[in-house]
Amino acid sequence: MELARVEGTVVATAKAGRLQGRKLLLVNLTGPDTKPTNNYLVAVDSVGAGEGEIVIVVRGSSARQTDDLTNVPTDSSIVAIVDTIELRGGTVYRKDQAKEGGAR
Amino acid sequence: MKLGRVVGKLWATAKDKKLNGLKLYLMQPVDESDRPLGSELVAVDTVGSKEGDLVYWVGGAEATFPFQDRQIPSDVTIVGLVDRLDLAEDRPA
Repeated sequence: MELARVEGTVVATAKAGRLQGRKLLLVNLTGPDTKPTNNYLVAVDSVGAGEGEIVIVVRGSSARQTDDLTNVPTDSSIVAIVDTIELRGGTVYRKDQAKEGGAR
Repeated sequence: MKLGRVVGKLWATAKDKKLNGLKLYLMQPVDESDRPLGSELVAVDTVGSKEGDLVYWVGGAEATFPFQDRQIPSDVTIVGLVDRLDLAEDRPA
């Protein structure tokens, strides 16, 4: 999986039938430092993520394995909202200390 | 499968319920000489690995299959701990 920062909501009236009722978010892939790489994806949200949050994105056919996304035509799904990231012994991200709408 | 080094840990309270009870790690893919390949990935652990361990992992759709009874929404899953790596002396550099 990859880390990403939620940067927006995608509104689309005309969409595939099995995407009806799904929340689509625009995410910017990041490394463990939560700095955006400016590689954007449209991802189906299955955990109630919101703008500014660091999330975990699953890609490929694995993206359909959450309970509610079986047979949904997605190849990018948000499966978790990150609270804390620890890298090589040090804490590099804490959600409760991150600035609103931005990574630390 | 590919080799990787566990380099960090993630905590996430809000997550898909199929991931409940599973550890999430930051894993650096490495080559046979422990040199980094690409950037760190978020991996689901299924073998009780710890930070610093050399592991092997599966990617893609196969990463959903580590358990007999259920599939998980993962595209990077740690499926084994490396005890030892024996390399041929005459392997190409």
